[in-house]
Amino acid sequence: MDSSKSMTMKEAVSKFVQDGDTVYLAGFTHMIPFAAGHEIIRQKKNDLVLARATPDIIYDQMIAAGCAKRLIFSYAGNPGVGSLRCFRRAHEKGIPKPLEIEEYTHFGLSGRLFAGATNMPFLPMRTNLGSDLPAQNSLMKVVTDPYSGDEVSVVPPLKPDIAVVHVQRADVNGNCHIWGIIGEQKDAAFAAKKVIISAEEIVDESVIRSDPNRTLVPDFVSHAVVHEPWCAHPSYVQGYYDRDNEFYVKWDEVTKDHENTTKYIDEWVHGVETRSEYLSKLSTSKVDGLRPKDAYSSPVNYGSV
Amino acid sequence: MVIVAARELKDRESVLVGVGLPNLAANLAKKLQAPNLLLVYESGAVGSNPSRMPLSIGDPCLVSGAKSVCSMYEQFAYYLQGGRIDVGFLGGAQIDKYGNINSTIIGKYKAPKVRLPGSGGACDIASNVKRIIVITPHEKRRFVEKVDFLTSPGFIEGKDGWRKLKLQGGGPYAVITNLCTFKFDEMTGEMTVTALHEGITMEQVQENTPWNVKVAEEIVTTPPPTEKEITTLRALDPDKIYLR
Repeated sequence: MDSSKSMTMKEAVSKFVQDGDTVYLAGFTHMIPFAAGHEIIRQKKNDLVLARATPDIIYDQMIAAGCAKRLIFSYAGNPGVGSLRCFRRAHEKGIPKPLEIEEYTHFGLSGRLFAGATNMPFLPMRTNLGSDLPAQNSLMKVVTDPYSGDEVSVVPPLKPDIAVVHVQRADVNGNCHIWGIIGEQKDAAFAAKKVIISAEEIVDESVIRSDPNRTLVPDFVSHAVVHEPWCAHPSYVQGYYDRDNEFYVKWDEVTKDHENTTKYIDEWVHGVETRSEYLSKLSTSKVDGLRPKDAYSSPVNYGSV
Repeated sequence: MVIVAARELKDRESVLVGVGLPNLAANLAKKLQAPNLLLVYESGAVGSNPSRMPLSIGDPCLVSGAKSVCSMYEQFAYYLQGGRIDVGFLGGAQIDKYGNINSTIIGKYKAPKVRLPGSGGACDIASNVKRIIVITPHEKRRFVEKVDFLTSPGFIEGKDGWRKLKLQGGGPYAVITNLCTFKFDEMTGEMTVTALHEGITMEQVQENTPWNVKVAEEIVTTPPPTEKEITTLRALDPDKIYLR
Protein backbone atom coordinates (compact mmCIF):
# COMPACT_ATOMS: atom_id res chain seq x y z
CA MET A 1 0.00 0.00 0.00
CA ASP A 2 1.68 3.19 -1.21
CA SER A 3 -0.04 5.62 1.09
CA SER A 4 0.64 3.55 4.21
CA LYS A 5 2.45 5.49 6.89
CA SER A 6 3.01 2.40 9.03
CA MET A 7 6.35 2.21 10.74
CA THR A 8 7.88 1.21 14.05
CA MET A 9 8.29 3.71 16.88
CA LYS A 10 12.03 3.47 16.32
CA GLU A 11 11.65 4.48 12.67
CA ALA A 12 9.12 7.23 13.43
CA VAL A 13 11.26 8.87 16.14
CA SER A 14 14.40 8.58 14.04
CA LYS A 15 12.68 10.09 11.01
CA PHE A 16 10.66 12.87 12.66
CA VAL A 17 12.34 13.95 15.92
CA GLN A 18 15.45 16.13 15.57
CA ASP A 19 17.71 17.54 18.29
CA GLY A 20 16.42 20.96 19.36
CA ASP A 21 12.82 20.28 18.29
CA THR A 22 9.77 21.44 20.22
CA VAL A 23 8.03 18.18 21.08
CA TYR A 24 4.46 17.73 22.32
CA LEU A 25 3.61 14.26 23.65
CA ALA A 26 -0.13 14.73 24.11
CA GLY A 27 -2.59 13.26 26.60
CA PHE A 28 -4.13 14.70 29.76
CA THR A 29 -3.57 11.89 32.30
CA HIS A 30 -5.04 9.56 29.66
CA MET A 31 -3.10 7.91 26.77
CA ILE A 32 0.27 9.48 27.48
CA PRO A 33 2.61 8.07 24.79
CA PHE A 34 5.28 6.66 27.11
CA ALA A 35 6.61 4.37 24.35
CA ALA A 36 7.47 7.45 22.23
CA GLY A 37 9.20 9.15 25.17
CA HIS A 38 11.23 6.01 25.87
CA GLU A 39 12.27 5.75 22.21
CA ILE A 40 13.36 9.42 22.24
CA ILE A 41 15.49 8.63 25.30
CA ARG A 42 16.98 5.52 23.63
CA GLN A 43 17.90 7.55 20.55
CA LYS A 44 19.58 10.12 22.84
CA LYS A 45 17.80 13.13 21.33
CA ASN A 46 18.82 16.31 23.10
CA ASP A 47 18.24 20.04 23.51
CA LEU A 48 14.51 19.36 23.12
CA VAL A 49 11.88 21.87 24.13
CA LEU A 50 9.35 19.65 25.89
CA ALA A 51 5.80 20.99 25.92
CA ARG A 52 2.89 19.42 27.83
CA ALA A 53 0.19 20.83 30.10
CA THR A 54 1.09 18.19 32.67
CA PRO A 55 4.70 17.01 32.19
CA ASP A 56 3.76 13.88 34.17
CA ILE A 57 6.18 10.99 34.67
CA ILE A 58 7.07 10.79 30.98
CA TYR A 59 8.76 14.22 30.89
CA ASP A 60 10.25 13.57 34.34
CA GLN A 61 11.99 10.57 32.75
CA MET A 62 13.08 12.50 29.64
CA ILE A 63 14.42 15.34 31.82
CA ALA A 64 16.35 12.85 33.99
CA ALA A 65 17.77 11.28 30.81
CA GLY A 66 19.11 14.68 29.73
CA CYS A 67 16.91 15.14 26.61
CA ALA A 68 15.45 18.53 27.59
CA LYS A 69 16.71 22.09 27.64
CA ARG A 70 13.37 23.80 28.22
CA LEU A 71 9.96 22.84 29.61
CA ILE A 72 6.69 24.49 28.58
CA PHE A 73 3.98 23.47 31.05
CA SER A 74 1.06 24.42 33.27
CA TYR A 75 1.04 21.81 36.06
CA ALA A 76 4.28 20.06 37.00
CA GLY A 77 3.14 17.54 39.58
CA ASN A 78 2.88 13.76 39.83
CA PRO A 79 -0.93 13.65 39.49
CA GLY A 80 -2.60 12.43 42.67
CA VAL A 81 0.82 11.71 44.26
CA GLY A 82 2.98 14.83 44.69
CA SER A 83 6.13 16.30 43.12
CA LEU A 84 7.97 15.51 39.91
CA ARG A 85 11.39 15.11 41.48
CA CYS A 86 13.51 14.95 38.28
CA PHE A 87 11.91 18.16 37.00
CA ARG A 88 12.63 19.82 40.34
CA ARG A 89 16.22 18.53 40.44
CA ALA A 90 16.93 19.88 36.96
CA HIS A 91 15.20 23.21 37.56
CA GLU A 92 16.44 23.81 41.13
CA LYS A 93 19.93 22.23 40.95
CA GLY A 94 20.77 21.75 37.28
CA ILE A 95 20.96 17.92 37.56
CA PRO A 96 21.68 16.32 35.08
CA LYS A 97 21.55 19.66 33.23
CA PRO A 98 19.88 23.04 33.72
CA LEU A 99 16.24 23.29 32.66
CA GLU A 100 14.62 26.54 31.55
CA ILE A 101 10.91 26.86 32.23
CA GLU A 102 8.04 28.59 30.47
CA GLU A 103 4.90 28.44 32.55
CA TYR A 104 1.18 28.99 31.87
CA THR A 105 -2.19 28.14 33.36
CA HIS A 106 -4.04 25.15 31.87
CA PHE A 107 -6.30 27.48 29.93
CA GLY A 108 -3.27 29.46 28.76
CA LEU A 109 -1.40 26.43 27.47
CA SER A 110 -4.38 24.69 25.89
CA GLY A 111 -5.29 28.08 24.38
CA ARG A 112 -1.79 28.34 22.89
CA LEU A 113 -2.32 24.99 21.17
CA PHE A 114 -5.80 25.98 19.98
CA ALA A 115 -4.33 29.21 18.52
CA GLY A 116 -1.56 27.15 16.89
CA ALA A 117 -4.03 24.63 15.47
CA THR A 118 -6.29 27.33 14.01
CA ASN A 119 -3.43 29.62 12.92
CA MET A 120 -4.61 32.57 14.99
CA PRO A 121 -2.17 35.46 15.60
CA PHE A 122 -2.90 35.24 19.36
CA LEU A 123 -5.76 34.24 21.63
CA PRO A 124 -7.50 36.49 24.20
CA MET A 125 -8.69 34.87 27.42
CA ARG A 126 -10.31 35.73 30.74
CA THR A 127 -7.54 34.67 33.08
CA ASN A 128 -3.97 35.62 34.13
CA LEU A 129 -4.91 39.19 35.19
CA GLY A 130 -4.05 39.68 38.87
CA SER A 131 -1.74 36.64 38.88
CA ASP A 132 2.06 36.91 39.21
CA LEU A 133 2.49 34.48 36.28
CA PRO A 134 2.58 37.03 33.42
CA ALA A 135 5.45 38.91 35.12
CA GLN A 136 7.57 35.73 34.79
CA ASN A 137 6.69 34.93 31.19
CA SER A 138 7.18 37.63 28.58
CA LEU A 139 5.09 35.69 26.04
CA MET A 140 1.95 36.40 28.09
CA LYS A 141 0.86 39.89 27.18
CA VAL A 142 -1.98 42.27 27.88
CA VAL A 143 -3.76 44.14 25.08
CA THR A 144 -6.71 46.54 25.00
CA ASP A 145 -9.95 44.94 23.89
CA PRO A 146 -10.88 47.09 20.83
CA TYR A 147 -14.62 46.71 21.64
CA SER A 148 -14.89 47.34 25.39
CA GLY A 149 -11.62 49.15 25.99
CA ASP A 150 -10.83 46.76 28.87
CA GLU A 151 -7.48 45.07 29.41
CA VAL A 152 -7.37 41.49 28.21
CA SER A 153 -4.72 38.78 28.56
CA VAL A 154 -3.43 37.15 25.37
CA VAL A 155 -1.21 34.16 24.59
CA PRO A 156 0.66 33.41 21.34
CA PRO A 157 0.09 30.28 19.22
CA LEU A 158 2.16 27.19 19.97
CA LYS A 159 3.24 25.18 16.92
CA PRO A 160 5.32 22.22 18.01
CA ASP A 161 7.73 20.67 15.47
CA ILE A 162 6.36 17.26 16.34
CA ALA A 163 3.34 15.93 18.21
CA VAL A 164 2.78 12.34 19.26
CA VAL A 165 -0.83 11.34 19.83
CA HIS A 166 -1.84 7.92 21.10
CA VAL A 167 -5.31 6.61 20.20
CA GLN A 168 -7.41 3.48 20.64
CA ARG A 169 -7.56 2.66 16.94
CA ALA A 170 -6.23 3.95 13.63
CA ASP A 171 -5.97 2.77 10.04
CA VAL A 172 -2.60 2.49 8.28
CA ASN A 173 -3.00 5.95 6.76
CA GLY A 174 -3.55 7.70 10.08
CA ASN A 175 -7.31 8.19 10.26
CA CYS A 176 -7.94 7.59 13.93
CA HIS A 177 -10.62 7.14 16.57
CA ILE A 178 -10.34 8.25 20.15
CA TRP A 179 -12.67 8.16 23.15
CA GLY A 180 -12.46 8.93 26.85
CA ILE A 181 -10.58 12.02 28.01
CA ILE A 182 -9.39 13.72 24.84
CA GLY A 183 -7.31 16.37 26.58
CA GLU A 184 -5.32 18.46 24.12
CA GLN A 185 -4.82 15.66 21.56
CA LYS A 186 -6.72 17.25 18.69
CA ASP A 187 -5.26 20.71 19.22
CA ALA A 188 -1.72 19.29 19.50
CA ALA A 189 -2.14 17.29 16.27
CA PHE A 190 -3.49 20.22 14.27
CA ALA A 191 -0.93 22.65 15.76
CA ALA A 192 2.15 20.52 15.07
CA LYS A 193 4.19 20.50 11.87
CA LYS A 194 4.54 16.70 11.98
CA VAL A 195 2.30 14.17 13.73
CA ILE A 196 3.02 10.63 14.83
CA ILE A 197 -0.13 8.61 15.57
CA SER A 198 0.37 5.55 17.73
CA ALA A 199 -2.51 3.15 18.23
CA GLU A 200 -3.55 0.26 20.43
CA GLU A 201 -5.12 -1.38 17.37
CA ILE A 202 -4.77 -0.99 13.62
CA VAL A 203 -8.15 -1.34 11.92
CA ASP A 204 -9.49 -1.22 8.39
CA GLU A 205 -10.41 2.21 7.02
CA SER A 206 -14.05 1.04 6.90
CA VAL A 207 -14.11 0.85 10.71
CA ILE A 208 -13.13 4.53 10.93
CA ARG A 209 -15.63 5.47 8.20
CA SER A 210 -18.40 3.63 10.10
CA ASP A 211 -18.25 6.28 12.84
CA PRO A 212 -16.70 9.50 11.51
CA ASN A 213 -17.87 11.60 14.48
CA ARG A 214 -15.37 9.70 16.62
CA THR A 215 -12.41 10.63 14.41
CA LEU A 216 -9.74 12.72 16.13
CA VAL A 217 -7.76 13.59 13.00
CA PRO A 218 -8.11 12.44 9.40
CA ASP A 219 -5.15 10.92 7.59
CA PHE A 220 -3.88 14.05 5.85
CA VAL A 221 -2.96 15.53 9.22
CA SER A 222 -0.80 12.56 10.27
CA HIS A 223 2.68 11.63 9.05
CA ALA A 224 3.38 8.29 10.70
CA VAL A 225 1.29 5.47 12.13
CA VAL A 226 2.75 3.18 14.76
CA HIS A 227 0.99 0.06 16.01
CA GLU A 228 2.01 0.21 19.67
CA PRO A 229 -0.16 -1.75 22.13
CA TRP A 230 0.34 -0.66 25.77
CA CYS A 231 2.11 2.49 24.53
CA ALA A 232 0.59 4.48 27.39
CA HIS A 233 1.55 2.35 30.41
CA PRO A 234 1.78 3.40 33.29
CA SER A 235 -0.93 5.88 32.23
CA TYR A 236 -4.12 4.34 30.84
CA VAL A 237 -6.24 3.83 27.76
CA GLN A 238 -10.01 3.99 28.21
CA GLY A 239 -11.48 0.53 27.67
CA TYR A 240 -8.06 -1.15 27.26
CA TYR A 241 -6.10 -0.80 30.50
CA ASP A 242 -6.34 1.16 33.73
CA ARG A 243 -3.75 3.53 35.17
CA ASP A 244 -0.97 1.67 37.01
CA ASN A 245 -1.32 3.75 40.12
CA GLU A 246 1.22 1.63 42.01
CA PHE A 247 3.80 2.79 39.49
CA TYR A 248 2.88 6.45 39.95
CA VAL A 249 3.32 6.07 43.71
CA LYS A 250 6.53 4.06 43.27
CA TRP A 251 8.02 6.72 40.93
CA ASP A 252 8.17 9.08 43.90
CA GLU A 253 10.47 6.56 45.63
CA VAL A 254 12.50 5.67 42.49
CA THR A 255 13.35 9.33 41.85
CA LYS A 256 14.50 10.27 45.38
CA ASP A 257 18.01 10.67 43.89
CA HIS A 258 19.41 10.96 40.38
CA GLU A 259 21.46 7.73 40.54
CA ASN A 260 18.47 5.60 41.40
CA THR A 261 16.46 7.25 38.60
CA THR A 262 19.26 6.48 36.14
CA LYS A 263 19.21 2.85 37.25
CA TYR A 264 15.50 2.68 36.43
CA ILE A 265 16.01 4.28 33.01
CA ASP A 266 18.93 1.91 32.26
CA GLU A 267 16.81 -1.11 33.10
CA TRP A 268 13.37 -0.17 31.73
CA VAL A 269 14.23 2.14 28.82
CA HIS A 270 17.75 1.35 27.54
CA GLY A 271 17.39 -2.26 28.74
CA VAL A 272 14.62 -3.00 26.25
CA GLU A 273 14.52 -2.38 22.51
CA THR A 274 10.81 -2.14 21.88
CA ARG A 275 7.50 -1.65 23.64
CA SER A 276 6.67 -5.34 23.30
CA GLU A 277 9.91 -6.19 25.14
CA TYR A 278 8.90 -3.71 27.85
CA LEU A 279 5.50 -5.35 28.05
CA SER A 280 6.98 -8.85 28.45
CA LYS A 281 9.15 -7.46 31.24
CA LEU A 282 6.05 -6.37 33.20
CA SER A 283 4.60 -9.31 35.13
CA THR A 284 1.59 -11.06 33.63
CA SER A 285 -0.36 -10.55 36.83
CA LYS A 286 0.34 -6.79 36.62
CA VAL A 287 -0.82 -6.61 33.01
CA ASP A 288 -3.93 -8.73 33.59
CA GLY A 289 -4.80 -6.79 36.74
CA LEU A 290 -5.02 -3.54 34.76
CA ARG A 291 -7.60 -4.75 32.24
CA PRO A 292 -11.02 -3.17 32.87
CA LYS A 293 -14.41 -4.83 32.53
CA ASP A 294 -16.26 -4.13 29.27
CA ALA A 295 -18.76 -1.26 29.07
CA TYR A 296 -19.99 -0.67 25.51
CA SER A 297 -21.82 2.44 24.32
CA SER A 298 -25.15 2.14 22.51
CA PRO A 299 -24.58 2.02 18.74
CA VAL A 300 -25.74 4.98 16.63
CA ASN A 301 -27.51 4.73 13.28
CA TYR A 302 -25.85 6.83 10.56
CA GLY A 303 -28.40 5.73 7.97
CA SER A 304 -27.65 4.87 4.36
CA VAL A 305 -29.19 5.59 0.95
CA MET B 1 -13.72 20.05 56.91
CA VAL B 2 -15.18 17.86 54.16
CA ILE B 3 -18.62 17.80 55.77
CA VAL B 4 -18.63 21.58 56.32
CA ALA B 5 -17.57 22.11 52.69
CA ALA B 6 -20.25 19.72 51.41
CA ARG B 7 -22.94 21.77 53.19
CA GLU B 8 -21.96 24.80 51.08
CA LEU B 9 -23.05 23.08 47.84
CA LYS B 10 -26.63 23.44 46.62
CA ASP B 11 -28.70 21.13 44.45
CA ARG B 12 -28.45 21.75 40.67
CA GLU B 13 -25.26 23.77 41.00
CA SER B 14 -22.20 22.99 38.90
CA VAL B 15 -18.93 22.44 40.70
CA LEU B 16 -15.41 22.15 39.37
CA VAL B 17 -13.79 19.44 41.43
CA GLY B 18 -10.20 18.48 42.13
CA VAL B 19 -9.00 15.17 43.56
CA GLY B 20 -8.81 14.53 47.28
CA LEU B 21 -10.94 16.42 49.78
CA PRO B 22 -12.91 18.54 47.24
CA ASN B 23 -13.92 15.38 45.41
CA LEU B 24 -15.14 13.85 48.68
CA ALA B 25 -17.05 17.01 49.60
CA ALA B 26 -18.77 17.20 46.20
CA ASN B 27 -19.70 13.52 46.18
CA LEU B 28 -20.98 13.75 49.75
CA ALA B 29 -23.20 16.71 48.86
CA LYS B 30 -24.50 14.76 45.85
CA LYS B 31 -25.52 11.87 48.12
CA LEU B 32 -27.23 14.21 50.60
CA GLN B 33 -28.80 17.59 49.87
CA ALA B 34 -27.66 18.01 46.25
CA PRO B 35 -28.52 14.88 44.20
CA ASN B 36 -28.44 16.90 40.96
CA LEU B 37 -25.07 18.53 41.62
CA LEU B 38 -23.13 18.64 38.34
CA LEU B 39 -19.56 17.41 38.85
CA VAL B 40 -17.16 18.91 36.32
CA TYR B 41 -13.47 18.01 36.16
CA GLU B 42 -10.55 19.94 34.60
CA SER B 43 -9.86 16.94 32.41
CA GLY B 44 -13.06 17.59 30.44
CA ALA B 45 -15.42 15.14 32.17
CA VAL B 46 -18.83 16.72 32.78
CA GLY B 47 -21.59 15.21 34.92
CA SER B 48 -19.43 12.37 36.26
CA ASN B 49 -20.79 9.63 38.49
CA PRO B 50 -17.54 8.14 39.82
CA SER B 51 -17.85 4.48 40.86
CA ARG B 52 -14.66 4.64 42.95
CA MET B 53 -12.44 7.31 44.50
CA PRO B 54 -10.77 8.86 41.43
CA LEU B 55 -6.97 8.53 41.54
CA SER B 56 -6.50 11.71 39.54
CA ILE B 57 -8.70 14.30 37.85
CA GLY B 58 -8.28 12.28 34.65
CA ASP B 59 -9.41 8.94 36.09
CA PRO B 60 -11.34 6.62 33.71
CA CYS B 61 -14.12 6.33 36.33
CA LEU B 62 -14.95 10.00 35.67
CA VAL B 63 -15.60 9.17 32.01
CA SER B 64 -17.65 5.96 32.24
CA GLY B 65 -21.25 7.04 32.77
CA ALA B 66 -20.55 10.80 32.50
CA LYS B 67 -22.93 13.19 30.72
CA SER B 68 -20.22 14.51 28.42
CA VAL B 69 -16.51 14.46 27.80
CA CYS B 70 -14.89 17.36 25.98
CA SER B 71 -11.36 18.48 25.22
CA MET B 72 -9.29 20.42 27.69
CA TYR B 73 -9.58 23.65 25.70
CA GLU B 74 -13.36 23.22 25.38
CA GLN B 75 -13.63 22.57 29.12
CA PHE B 76 -11.93 25.85 29.95
CA ALA B 77 -13.54 27.83 27.12
CA TYR B 78 -17.16 26.59 26.99
CA TYR B 79 -17.69 25.74 30.64
CA LEU B 80 -15.36 27.90 32.74
CA GLN B 81 -14.91 31.03 30.63
CA GLY B 82 -18.47 30.51 29.39
CA GLY B 83 -19.56 31.32 32.95
CA ARG B 84 -21.26 27.95 33.50
CA ILE B 85 -19.50 26.92 36.71
CA ASP B 86 -20.94 27.97 40.08
CA VAL B 87 -18.38 26.67 42.53
CA GLY B 88 -14.66 25.92 42.25
CA PHE B 89 -12.52 24.28 44.90
CA LEU B 90 -8.95 25.47 45.25
CA GLY B 91 -6.05 24.55 47.49
CA GLY B 92 -2.50 25.74 47.79
CA ALA B 93 0.62 26.03 49.88
CA GLN B 94 -0.14 29.58 51.03
CA ILE B 95 -3.20 31.82 51.35
CA ASP B 96 -3.40 35.43 52.56
CA LYS B 97 -6.23 37.38 54.19
CA TYR B 98 -7.70 38.44 50.84
CA GLY B 99 -7.87 34.85 49.64
CA ASN B 100 -4.96 35.10 47.20
CA ILE B 101 -3.44 31.65 46.73
CA ASN B 102 0.09 30.45 46.01
CA SER B 103 0.55 27.03 44.43
CA THR B 104 3.67 27.89 42.41
CA ILE B 105 6.76 28.47 44.51
CA ILE B 106 8.11 28.94 48.03
CA GLY B 107 10.90 31.51 47.90
CA LYS B 108 11.68 33.54 44.80
CA TYR B 109 10.53 32.49 41.32
CA LYS B 110 14.05 32.52 39.87
CA ALA B 111 15.61 30.97 43.01
CA PRO B 112 12.96 28.64 44.44
CA LYS B 113 13.24 27.09 47.89
CA VAL B 114 10.49 24.69 46.94
CA ARG B 115 9.10 24.41 43.44
CA LEU B 116 5.40 23.48 43.63
CA PRO B 117 3.38 22.09 40.67
CA GLY B 118 2.06 25.52 39.56
CA SER B 119 -1.34 26.84 38.53
CA GLY B 120 -2.79 24.05 36.45
CA GLY B 121 -6.34 25.35 36.12
CA ALA B 122 -6.33 27.15 39.48
CA CYS B 123 -5.86 30.72 38.22
CA ASP B 124 -8.45 30.10 35.47
CA ILE B 125 -10.93 28.76 38.05
CA ALA B 126 -10.27 31.63 40.47
CA SER B 127 -10.92 34.15 37.69
CA ASN B 128 -14.18 32.64 36.43
CA VAL B 129 -16.32 30.73 38.98
CA LYS B 130 -19.06 32.39 40.99
CA ARG B 131 -17.80 31.10 44.36
CA ILE B 132 -14.33 29.86 45.30
CA ILE B 133 -14.15 27.50 48.26
CA VAL B 134 -10.81 26.60 49.85
CA ILE B 135 -10.38 23.58 52.14
CA THR B 136 -7.10 23.76 54.06
CA PRO B 137 -5.49 22.65 57.32
CA HIS B 138 -5.18 25.67 59.62
CA GLU B 139 -1.41 26.04 59.92
CA LYS B 140 0.81 29.11 60.34
CA ARG B 141 2.96 28.18 57.34
CA ARG B 142 -0.15 28.14 55.12
CA PHE B 143 -1.83 31.33 56.37
CA VAL B 144 0.60 34.15 55.56
CA GLU B 145 0.62 37.96 55.53
CA LYS B 146 1.72 37.95 51.91
CA VAL B 147 1.95 34.99 49.53
CA ASP B 148 5.44 34.35 48.06
CA PHE B 149 3.82 34.14 44.62
CA LEU B 150 0.28 35.05 43.65
CA THR B 151 -0.85 32.14 41.50
CA SER B 152 -4.62 32.53 41.73
CA PRO B 153 -6.22 35.88 42.44
CA GLY B 154 -8.42 36.35 45.48
CA PHE B 155 -9.41 39.92 46.30
CA ILE B 156 -5.76 41.05 45.63
CA GLU B 157 -5.19 43.87 48.20
CA GLY B 158 -8.87 44.44 48.86
CA LYS B 159 -12.04 44.64 46.84
CA ASP B 160 -11.23 47.94 45.10
CA GLY B 161 -8.15 46.54 43.38
CA TRP B 162 -10.03 43.35 42.53
CA ARG B 163 -12.90 45.27 40.89
CA LYS B 164 -10.44 47.02 38.57
CA LEU B 165 -9.43 43.65 37.13
CA LYS B 166 -13.04 43.12 35.99
CA LEU B 167 -12.84 39.36 36.47
CA GLN B 168 -16.15 37.70 35.69
CA GLY B 169 -15.94 35.41 38.73
CA GLY B 170 -17.32 36.24 42.18
CA GLY B 171 -14.01 35.73 43.98
CA PRO B 172 -13.28 33.84 47.20
CA TYR B 173 -16.39 32.75 49.12
CA ALA B 174 -15.30 30.51 51.98
CA VAL B 175 -12.14 29.10 53.56
CA ILE B 176 -12.85 25.99 55.58
CA THR B 177 -10.21 24.82 58.03
CA ASN B 178 -10.05 22.25 60.82
CA LEU B 179 -10.71 25.11 63.28
CA CYS B 180 -13.25 27.41 61.68
CA THR B 181 -15.04 28.76 58.62
CA PHE B 182 -14.01 32.09 57.13
CA LYS B 183 -16.17 34.06 54.72
CA PHE B 184 -15.13 37.35 53.10
CA ASP B 185 -16.20 40.84 54.15
CA GLU B 186 -18.50 42.28 51.51
CA MET B 187 -16.96 45.75 51.66
CA THR B 188 -13.26 45.07 52.14
CA GLY B 189 -12.86 41.50 50.86
CA GLU B 190 -11.04 40.48 54.03
CA MET B 191 -11.25 36.94 55.41
CA THR B 192 -13.61 36.95 58.40
CA VAL B 193 -14.40 34.17 60.90
CA THR B 194 -18.11 33.37 60.71
CA ALA B 195 -18.19 29.99 62.46
CA LEU B 196 -16.03 28.16 64.98
CA HIS B 197 -16.07 24.36 64.95
CA GLU B 198 -17.28 22.68 68.16
CA GLY B 199 -14.84 23.09 71.07
CA ILE B 200 -12.60 25.58 69.21
CA THR B 201 -11.92 29.05 70.64
CA MET B 202 -11.07 32.31 68.84
CA GLU B 203 -7.71 32.24 70.68
CA GLN B 204 -6.82 28.99 68.91
CA VAL B 205 -7.71 30.50 65.53
CA GLN B 206 -5.66 33.64 66.25
CA GLU B 207 -2.67 31.58 67.43
CA ASN B 208 -2.54 29.85 64.06
CA THR B 209 -3.09 32.93 61.91
CA PRO B 210 -0.28 35.51 61.58
CA TRP B 211 -2.48 38.57 61.10
CA ASN B 212 -5.05 40.15 63.38
CA VAL B 213 -8.05 37.97 62.56
CA LYS B 214 -11.32 39.70 61.75
CA VAL B 215 -14.43 38.25 63.39
CA ALA B 216 -17.99 38.58 62.12
CA GLU B 217 -20.55 40.40 64.28
CA GLU B 218 -22.56 37.24 64.58
CA ILE B 219 -20.45 34.17 65.05
CA VAL B 220 -21.94 30.68 65.28
CA THR B 221 -20.76 27.24 66.30
CA THR B 222 -20.55 24.88 63.32
CA PRO B 223 -23.35 22.32 63.75
CA PRO B 224 -21.63 18.99 64.54
CA PRO B 225 -21.61 16.28 61.83
CA THR B 226 -24.79 14.22 61.77
CA GLU B 227 -24.77 10.43 61.90
CA LYS B 228 -25.92 10.40 58.26
CA GLU B 229 -23.13 12.71 57.12
CA ILE B 230 -20.52 10.57 58.82
CA THR B 231 -21.73 7.20 57.53
CA THR B 232 -22.22 8.55 53.98
CA LEU B 233 -18.74 10.07 53.97
CA ARG B 234 -17.09 6.88 55.29
CA ALA B 235 -18.79 4.87 52.54
CA LEU B 236 -17.31 7.19 49.91
CA ASP B 237 -13.76 6.43 51.01
CA PRO B 238 -13.89 2.77 52.11
CA ASP B 239 -10.13 2.29 51.72
CA LYS B 240 -9.52 5.36 53.88
CA ILE B 241 -7.34 7.03 51.24
CA TYR B 242 -8.25 10.49 52.48
CA LEU B 243 -10.01 9.91 55.80
CA ARG B 244 -8.25 8.68 58.88
